[in-house]
Amino acid sequence: MTLLDPIVRQRHAPTRSGFVVEEPDRFLFRVARRAFTEEAVLEAERRNIFDRCWLYLGHGSEIAQNGDYLTRSVGGREMVFNRDRGGAVHAFLNTCPHRGATLVREPRGNALAFQCFYHGWAFNVNGRFASRYAEGNYGEGHYDGGCADLTPAPRIEHYRDLYFINFDRDAESLEDYLAGAKEYIDIVADHGADGMEIVGGDQSYFINANWKLLAENSVDGFHGVPTHSTYFDYLQEVGGVRMGGGGDVAAAFRGAMKDLGNGHAVIEYPSPWGRPVARWTPAWGEDKRELIEQGRARLIQAHGQERGLRMAEYSRNMVIFPNLVINDIMAVTVRTFQPLAPDRMAVSAWALGVRGEDERVRALRLFNFLEFLGPGGLATPDDVEALECCQKGYRNLREAPWNDISKGMPRGAGARTDDEEQMRCFWREWDRRIAEGPVKVAGGAV
Amino acid sequence: MSGESANLPQRAEVEDFLYAEAALLDDWRLDEWFALFAPGAVYEVPTAGAPDDDDPTKSLFYIADDYVRLRERVVRLGKKEAHAEYPHSRTRRSISNVRVLGREGSIAKVACNLLCHRARAGKVDTYFGHALYTIDTTGDGWKIRSKRVMLDMDLLYPGKVSIIL
Repeated sequence: MTLLDPIVRQRHAPTRSGFVVEEPDRFLFRVARRAFTEEAVLEAERRNIFDRCWLYLGHGSEIAQNGDYLTRSVGGREMVFNRDRGGAVHAFLNTCPHRGATLVREPRGNALAFQCFYHGWAFNVNGRFASRYAEGNYGEGHYDGGCADLTPAPRIEHYRDLYFINFDRDAESLEDYLAGAKEYIDIVADHGADGMEIVGGDQSYFINANWKLLAENSVDGFHGVPTHSTYFDYLQEVGGVRMGGGGDVAAAFRGAMKDLGNGHAVIEYPSPWGRPVARWTPAWGEDKRELIEQGRARLIQAHGQERGLRMAEYSRNMVIFPNLVINDIMAVTVRTFQPLAPDRMAVSAWALGVRGEDERVRALRLFNFLEFLGPGGLATPDDVEALECCQKGYRNLREAPWNDISKGMPRGAGARTDDEEQMRCFWREWDRRIAEGPVKVAGGAV
Repeated sequence: MSGESANLPQRAEVEDFLYAEAALLDDWRLDEWFALFAPGAVYEVPTAGAPDDDDPTKSLFYIADDYVRLRERVVRLGKKEAHAEYPHSRTRRSISNVRVLGREGSIAKVACNLLCHRARAGKVDTYFGHALYTIDTTGDGWKIRSKRVMLDMDLLYPGKVSIIL
């Protein structure tokens, strides 16, 4: 076989960016590994994707009180996310309008005003310049037009207390952008009669891999059993597995996949694990059973038999293009990731819980979260290992230039959770935005 | 010397115990390491920068294992399907600044500093922090009742805590 695979040579059908090859008649979908390794690709992503898509900033519960603020890196910018004294929520670029110094240097807190330590310019928490200098320091009209005010993100909008920003002033509305993902955000947001809240801090860590590898991995039902066999061994051992179908873990994962539009996708499947919101498992002990059953009954009462059971029994992994994941699994995690380099990303992950839930359920939620998720969980470190191994493997891309993302294509619209259609949804949107955005990058495999 | 402090274990004894524990981890003798823990013991790693008294029932940790999950963590790390640690990383722990903080009944409270280097696949990770132990010093062998490792880092630069610290 030559370096150019005969399939590609004969039936080369690149999509617009040249990085994705989709051949429906051959049930073939491939992505050039260059898309994971090149600085030019990342630059195109920054301008064509991160400057134009709605990016997750934070949850309203993280700035619950007037005056609360936190700082966060989003889309290559340093942001301040805060609630002003009147309760309005803002997203400011964390830079002093005077000479550019980082304005807010605490990770979080509550403030009546922000003041730059460098020269002392001060701002109300609604972003307005608040210093008053004696006449003669600045010319008349210097403050007019907001040139001394904090610079806000061009757009900030929220859906079910999830706040997003967009650096494209002309972008479509957040709700239009979220499209079909709204239904699944609703399912999570409706876990709590009084809404949801971020629980007790974040897990922030780094992965030496391209950011798109985590987008793929987060909704990848195919890798679950082979990569995480030791997690399922653990579940079996402690009595944490509860499922029909005769104990076949792989079969239990076979639910449905849905294209949510705009690059978003979800897989939904019967849960093999316990869910503190409403699905008891023997590992938690009989003493917790009634408590969890009450949660289940409450969901069914509030949302009807069909939707209530779906909320209680099923798990969902959702990617919202480009870099937000909401996984409603053995706990609920909200996860976002920012590219730092083609081969490195920063990850932030949170636990989302029912606002005002019983403290025993809260404790169980956090305990259950850690059995799988996060840098010390019994599964996520193996995902990190897999992603870093992929990145290392791409050093061979001149001779081995393609990723294969074809699984389940013959099933068409009946794609299963352990197929790869959800990743194809992501890649089609990535391909469109890379091709249509202002920064052009030469496509192709090598 | 008060009667209370007279009953405290000597620092040298505590150092011997902690050094031996660290050696078992560095040597990947994890079953023997787990045998140092008393039934009902807990092993916890709060998120980097969290306060020493953070509560795993209210805050998100990296690790908050009860005795059963700790046992299963050890079982898991013994399998080649624990991909993040197979092949095993090479590690070396340095324990220092050991302090015997006090005693409640038969339980001694101990603090130390911890520096752990981990090498694997061409990359060196550094974990630095301090640890708090409660150790039951009655009976033939001392048994750990709780071990909590606080990472004195602002972010988790290594990306994961796939080893036991």
